[in-house]
Amino acid sequence: MWYQTQGWRSHDAHAQWRGKGALAWRRDAGSGRRVAGTRSTVMLGVKPSVFLLMVNGQIESADFPEFDELYCKYSYVYGHDWAPTTGLEEGISQITSKSKDCNQGFVWNFPMEITFKSTNPYGWPQIVISVYGADLFGNDVVRGYGAVHVPMTPGRHKRTIPMFVPESSSKLQKFTSWLMGRRPEFTDPKVVAQGEGREVTRVLSQGFVTVSFNIVTKDLKKLGYDTIPPNNQTSAMSDG
Amino acid sequence: MASTENLRQKIKSKRKALQASLTGSSEVSDTQGLVSAEMENGTRNENATFIEDIQDEDEQAENLKQTMRAQRRRRKAPLVDDVIEFNHEESPQDITKITRRQRSLPPLGECTPSTSFAEYSMREKMREKLKAARSKAQSALQQEEESASRYPTDLGDQSSITQFDTEVDEEYAKRPRDAESPIPPPRVRFREIASRLKPKPKEGFPSTEEAYNFFTFNFDPEPEDSNEGSEVRSHPQTLHDVDQGEEEAAEEGGEESAVSKDEEKEEEGKEEDERLVNDDEEDEDDYLFIIDQTARDFLIVKAPDYEGYNNRQQRDRKVLFIPSILSVSTSEKVPENMQPRFLEDEGIYVGEKPKVSKSNQNIIENRLLKNEEGKRWFGSDGRVIALANPIKQTKTRPPIFSPHDEVDPAIETLYRKAERSRYNSQYIAGSGEPQGHFQLDIDVAGIVFSHHPMFSREHVLEAKLAQLYDQYQLRQQKNLANLYTDKLCALRKAVNNIAEGQGVQNPMALHRLVEYKSEIRATRRMCHLEQERDRTLLKNIIKVWKDIKSLREFQKFTNTPVKLHLRRQEANRKADELSYEHEIQAEIAELLEDYQEVYDSKLEEYKIKYEEWKSWRKARKAKKKQKRVAGEQQDDDTDESLTAEELPKPDPPEPVDPSVVEEQVRETAARIYRKPGEPLLYPELSMTATVTPTNQCPRGEQLRRQDVQRCTLFAKVLFNNKEVSRTSSRTLGIDFRIHFGQIFNMQIVNWPESIKIQIFQTIGTSTTKIEVFVPIPETSILTGSAPIDEMEFSSDQRVMFDHEGVGSGVAFSFEVDGSNQLILLTSGKLACSVSWAVDENGVPLVPPVLHQNYGIQSTLKHLDAISSIGATGLTDTKKLAKWAAESRLDPNDPSNAALMQLIMSATNGEEPNKDYFRLDHLQEEFNFLSEEALNKSKRFRLLQLRNDGVTEFLNYKQIPIKDSEISEKIFQEYKNKQCDRETFDLTSHLDVHRAKVAKYLQKVRDSVTSRFLLAKHHYTLPDMVIEEAVPSISMLGVNLFRLAEPRRPLRPRRKERKKVTAQNLSDGDIKLLVNIIRAYDIPIRKSMGRPALTSRSARSVSETFPTSQPPQISAESPEWCTDQVSVHPFVEVSFQRIVRQTATLVGPNPNWNEELELPFRAPNGDYSTSSLQSVTDEVFINVFDEVVYDVLEDDRERGSGVHTRTEKHWLGFVHIPFTTIYSQSRIDGTFRINIPPVLLGYSKERNLASERGWEAVRSLSDGSYLSLFITVEPHLVPGEPVIEKFESQEDEKLLQRADKFQKEVAQKFRNRRCVTTVTDLTGKMVFVTRYIKPLFPPQELLDVLPNSSEATMELLARYVSLIPFLPDSVTFAGICDLWCTSDQFLNLLAGDEEEHAVLLCNYFLALGKKAWLVIGTAIPEGPTAYVLSYDHNQYVIWNSTTGQYYGQFDAFCSLQSVSCLVSAENVWFNVQKYETVMRINFDTSKSNLWKPFFSRSFPFPGLSSVQPDELVYQHTDKAAAVELQDKIEKILKEKIMEWRPRHPTRWNRYCTSTLRQFLPKLELSHGREGGDDHCAELQSLLGDYRISGFPIHMSFSELKPVIEAVHSTGVHNTETPLAEFALAVYIHPYPNNVLSVWIYVASLVRNR
Repeated sequence: MWYQTQGWRSHDAHAQWRGKGALAWRRDAGSGRRVAGTRSTVMLGVKPSVFLLMVNGQIESADFPEFDELYCKYSYVYGHDWAPTTGLEEGISQITSKSKDCNQGFVWNFPMEITFKSTNPYGWPQIVISVYGADLFGNDVVRGYGAVHVPMTPGRHKRTIPMFVPESSSKLQKFTSWLMGRRPEFTDPKVVAQGEGREVTRVLSQGFVTVSFNIVTKDLKKLGYDTIPPNNQTSAMSDG
Repeated sequence: MASTENLRQKIKSKRKALQASLTGSSEVSDTQGLVSAEMENGTRNENATFIEDIQDEDEQAENLKQTMRAQRRRRKAPLVDDVIEFNHEESPQDITKITRRQRSLPPLGECTPSTSFAEYSMREKMREKLKAARSKAQSALQQEEESASRYPTDLGDQSSITQFDTEVDEEYAKRPRDAESPIPPPRVRFREIASRLKPKPKEGFPSTEEAYNFFTFNFDPEPEDSNEGSEVRSHPQTLHDVDQGEEEAAEEGGEESAVSKDEEKEEEGKEEDERLVNDDEEDEDDYLFIIDQTARDFLIVKAPDYEGYNNRQQRDRKVLFIPSILSVSTSEKVPENMQPRFLEDEGIYVGEKPKVSKSNQNIIENRLLKNEEGKRWFGSDGRVIALANPIKQTKTRPPIFSPHDEVDPAIETLYRKAERSRYNSQYIAGSGEPQGHFQLDIDVAGIVFSHHPMFSREHVLEAKLAQLYDQYQLRQQKNLANLYTDKLCALRKAVNNIAEGQGVQNPMALHRLVEYKSEIRATRRMCHLEQERDRTLLKNIIKVWKDIKSLREFQKFTNTPVKLHLRRQEANRKADELSYEHEIQAEIAELLEDYQEVYDSKLEEYKIKYEEWKSWRKARKAKKKQKRVAGEQQDDDTDESLTAEELPKPDPPEPVDPSVVEEQVRETAARIYRKPGEPLLYPELSMTATVTPTNQCPRGEQLRRQDVQRCTLFAKVLFNNKEVSRTSSRTLGIDFRIHFGQIFNMQIVNWPESIKIQIFQTIGTSTTKIEVFVPIPETSILTGSAPIDEMEFSSDQRVMFDHEGVGSGVAFSFEVDGSNQLILLTSGKLACSVSWAVDENGVPLVPPVLHQNYGIQSTLKHLDAISSIGATGLTDTKKLAKWAAESRLDPNDPSNAALMQLIMSATNGEEPNKDYFRLDHLQEEFNFLSEEALNKSKRFRLLQLRNDGVTEFLNYKQIPIKDSEISEKIFQEYKNKQCDRETFDLTSHLDVHRAKVAKYLQKVRDSVTSRFLLAKHHYTLPDMVIEEAVPSISMLGVNLFRLAEPRRPLRPRRKERKKVTAQNLSDGDIKLLVNIIRAYDIPIRKSMGRPALTSRSARSVSETFPTSQPPQISAESPEWCTDQVSVHPFVEVSFQRIVRQTATLVGPNPNWNEELELPFRAPNGDYSTSSLQSVTDEVFINVFDEVVYDVLEDDRERGSGVHTRTEKHWLGFVHIPFTTIYSQSRIDGTFRINIPPVLLGYSKERNLASERGWEAVRSLSDGSYLSLFITVEPHLVPGEPVIEKFESQEDEKLLQRADKFQKEVAQKFRNRRCVTTVTDLTGKMVFVTRYIKPLFPPQELLDVLPNSSEATMELLARYVSLIPFLPDSVTFAGICDLWCTSDQFLNLLAGDEEEHAVLLCNYFLALGKKAWLVIGTAIPEGPTAYVLSYDHNQYVIWNSTTGQYYGQFDAFCSLQSVSCLVSAENVWFNVQKYETVMRINFDTSKSNLWKPFFSRSFPFPGLSSVQPDELVYQHTDKAAAVELQDKIEKILKEKIMEWRPRHPTRWNRYCTSTLRQFLPKLELSHGREGGDDHCAELQSLLGDYRISGFPIHMSFSELKPVIEAVHSTGVHNTETPLAEFALAVYIHPYPNNVLSVWIYVASLVRNR
């Protein structure tokens, strides 16, 4: 019956993604957002003035000393007043193997590009990256979660995000989860971008992911938000 | 030679070319290089003479060395072979080279066959060589670096020469023979040089110059040997060994003279050193160093050093010491010339030494003796000094003997919860640091009794004497009398001065004089007083002493050592008299003066008064005269004035009589002053008297003394009423003084509140206690500087003795006759001091804020401002300041800084108008905006509203950045809505009462929601992290079992799915899956135009009760057998106005097994748990009959075309609220289809076979049923009920018991819900039995059927079911299950199962029935509450929300399981094996079936009910009901027309009115009877219409559900063009605004 067919849907999603490889995809969540959008415009009558934040960059590399064959996913978490206008909101990278040199890094060079519009800097977008890989038995398990705010100042930035995974709640659970290849995961990778409820979790640090951003903003200053430090307007460009 | 010359030239040029190419040449393989080097060396040897370039000195040196070797070689030519062999052995790795060498060797071999050294065996030589090599190892090591740096250059130089290999080889082959002759000359030269160098030390290094000279000598090398030399060089590692080995071999050979050998050696060393120097000098040869670094050059292979075992042992012996295990003789251990002494033998106790094994002891002794001072370790007995074995052989803990392995209850360890200290909150501020930072030292010095019960009379006197003497001494010390006397003298002098000097004119002086005089007067008085006191004191002392003396004489023994000496000082009588007289005279004079003054002033006064009097008299006289003249008229007035103003004649003051004054003065003087000539007496108290020994005393005194000796005392020190320590017990001395002299150091944590010292006195067995309070020292009192205070104490205890002791509190007398009785109480002085300790660094260990203690109880008050003046006082700065001043707040304490600042500003009056106290007075600076600006900004307001979760703005996206972009309209809407809350529009509610209720509900909801707002943000681990559950053993077993399971089982089962938290969902993600399986007993069509058969869709109460009549069974309808197409049912599921339907099947028992998928849309797109829980939408599952009408007008077309019209006729419905599905995640079961009481044109199918004889079965299968499965996809996690401990007013014990009870039963029966405590509307825990209480239903209902109790019950159930149902999860957003009391419920007119059931249960109880509340699970509600009643030996189960009831053995009872029964007195939990109603025994008296909450061990405490005493019912306004009825009808009609936009809707008014008449009848019969009658009636009335319709019955709460219900029937969907409609509404009002709504909908089609 349908119950059986639908059973493990969400878990199998990883496998689907893996199958797709480097294909980035975009969730078509249009309906909900469109409803809200129309509503607000109806309520407001006029189109509100917004500022734009353009992010492009790439998830360059990662450093996970213990693992091999990893891929990553990214998504954004942003506040109520933010809306992506163009670009991909989510993506999933190819699987990459450990490099043979002494650094043993993982290189994805996975590009991302998105433009947000917003009326409020509150809820500035955060990029959430989760890394997955196969374990000893070939099960697809999570290798790390991490999040970082998209840089606020225009220019080129490089961010190294420390990654962590939730810990099993007990030794026995740890063992069984290892045995069954079902490591604890966050219910939603986006929880790592939020502070609420984190006190109940225990995490283990895993590695690092390096992301480079190129930020372009529009109208931020016009609307009264001066994000560029006064003394290093030029140096901000070469920052990172 | 010319050929040689040519050759040389040739080679030279070649070499140059080579050198040129050398710089560019890269590394060639080592072997190759070596090979070429070998050849090149050959050439070089030949050309040695030509090489003079300094830059090639390296090469030269190389050449030289080779030459030398060649010379040597020639001398020991026969050896060469062997050496080569040796080399061969040493370097087997280089095969190519060896072959080459062999190739070039044959001539050499030919050359030296006849050597005389052939007899040496090769092995021998090798051994020698080895030996030599070893001895030379050091020099080799020294030189290896040099050699290492040398070879690379050669290799590098000639690396590219390989190409000439063959040529050169050939030439070399020739050379040896040619070069044979020129050997001698070089040797000669060599010798010369050698002799020149001789003075040099053998191993010394030659200087550069010498080396240069040496190397520049021209000699011909022997080409023959060059081969070998180069060969040797090809093994750089072994080269030296080999070289030297050769030399040694040559030495051994002894052919040549020893001199030359030495020289050679010397040369060799020299030459190598030389090269080293060159390397250093020639900086330009950089490349040398580069090439240096090949791995090979650093590698040195060397035989391992070996040292003989004996040698090593020898050496070890020098360093190491191994103690022997042999025993040491005693003589060595004891000091010399001494015999060992055995203390034990001498009788001195020596403990048993710890056991040490003999060998270990010997070892340690030997080791100790090895040390110089080792002997110290030995005792006089010659053994190692050791302490006695500390281990006791016996157990110190007594064994516990207990007969049953149980701990003796007397010594059993009991766990007692730690109690918090009462003074917990009084910790000293800042004592978070290590405890005992503060220390009080209490010095209890001793006690002196001023009275003690055991005092003898003498003691009493002695004490008195001592007291007086103390007083005397004190006075002496102060010497007040003298002081005053002196002062008097001084004053007198001053007065005299003034009088004499200035005269009296000066007003200042005069004034001063007056002052002085008054002062003199005062001083004199004081002086007299003091002197008098002194005198009386002295007299008293003497008197007491006399008493003592007389007492001692009287009793004939002395008890006290006290003795008073009176020191007498003879006075000069004359002088005394003089001064005495002078004094008196002075006094008299002064007094006289004073009196004179007084007299003068009095006289003055008198004069004035006299004048007044005189004038008054005159006036009177004059008036009298006037009166006489004036006559009668004024008589009254004057009379009055005369009587009023009559003044007595003042008396003149008497003059002072000096003699009287003198007499007075003398009198006092006699009393006070020492008489002239009287000796001065100084009493001196001493303790010198001898106390009579006890044996000489009379018996009474002996007893007393014995008693005194038995008396012991000790003192306890109590800090904050807790005993801290106690002194040792001391015996009372004969002098009744006790010296403790103990100092207690107390490290304190709590504030010192009281320090108390309790003195315990033990006489024999009796103990008396005296308490002394000691003041807490000020912070300045520190140990060391604290004086010992004497604290007086007393006790009012009555003590009486039968011996000489006077007792305490007992009257006794010193007189013989018993007069002049004295009562003395035990009293004394405690000498002690309390001070703050000082630590080693001199820092006082005083708490930081210790204010002046005004009293013990006020200590705390001073610490805390709020507790002292109250929280409101803080706002009053004046009060605060006052408090601060009172409590002497330390202004320098940083913890008080804020307060002080505030007080300062308040007291200084800087801000006098600031009459408030601000907690965060700096907050303003950090404020983002001012309050007004914040309110003014629309944007901020919007943001705030959104943040507060106001529903309108909750999901508002992109709040505009500019105020101007926000229109007021948004707020307008919000404000309007806010206003609406106050004034409800009646259009949506239709009813004032309900509007009020809705408002109230909204308020409750708001308050409850805000209460749980915080709890909602409480995350648990499963909320955050998905984690697989640990598989249990059983699970593993199941999993294993599952492996054997077939992949596709024949009967698949539903599996549990993974849950999804509703946070990342959006529209379209959630679907409702409805699986319609089958239906039973669907009504079938009746043929047109015939009267309907029995349609009994509901059962009467009579059926369930035994009094049931045989049911009406319809006569068999003949057409049923013939008409095969009885019904074409299909199911339509509508949810949120989205409709899905199944296929149409045939027959009354269709089996669809079809899955329908309906999308779910959450309100406002909010998919949070709370939002989902409050979805009020219901799933309507309607059963329809599809009727196909042939609408072909023309029969002729029948053959070619089909023209039919399909109609669907509503048969019944099942509705399930979404919340039920959501909270249970799945609904699976068979539901009874709600079929309207009257279904026009349909009848129930009768199963003929089971018509008779199967009464029970038939009755069970009555009604139509539908099997369903509903779930939500994906599996949503239902909102966890907040399991939070609410506050409760219940008894703590009861709550604990409830907790325990619930846990107990939950262990055994996990699935059964146990309800003991529930949450009431205010969010408090209430015990469930408090809800059950007999409550009377409305009298109207009781009056309807007064005779039949069953009917009344039924009616009540109906009444209760008419109260609208509203699940708590909807009302309170899934927060928790709240129980309203019945009056609240009736007021709200909404509630869920619990409220209904409670009300019904209470009604039943009021009727005098036995009734219980049943907690269990039912379909489709899930966990629910039903009512169980017991009547006529039958248990009946009532569904209070529908009004339906079931017998216990009813198979279609919707109650599935029973877990709990609740009555007013008790709660029973079902502990039976089964929980289904049918298999349960409801006898609650059996505790093995029903576990009672209140049992004998925990009896019912008599909980009062939370229900009101009586329910007050409002009378429902009938007119309003009628009005509402019309309103509903109108709205419904409009709606139906609205739903049929494409067709005109015609209303058949005739039919409507007919229907309207039916409805009240239906209501009266509760929708049960009369259906057939009115069908018939309808049929007759509307004969020419085909009518399909039905009445809908529902309780009324709001309009929306009514509309929904009508819509779901789909009556409006009739597409028949000529269809007419009829709609009638009837509202039957029940008391308290409970309304029963009937809607009759019908569609009519005119029959053709």
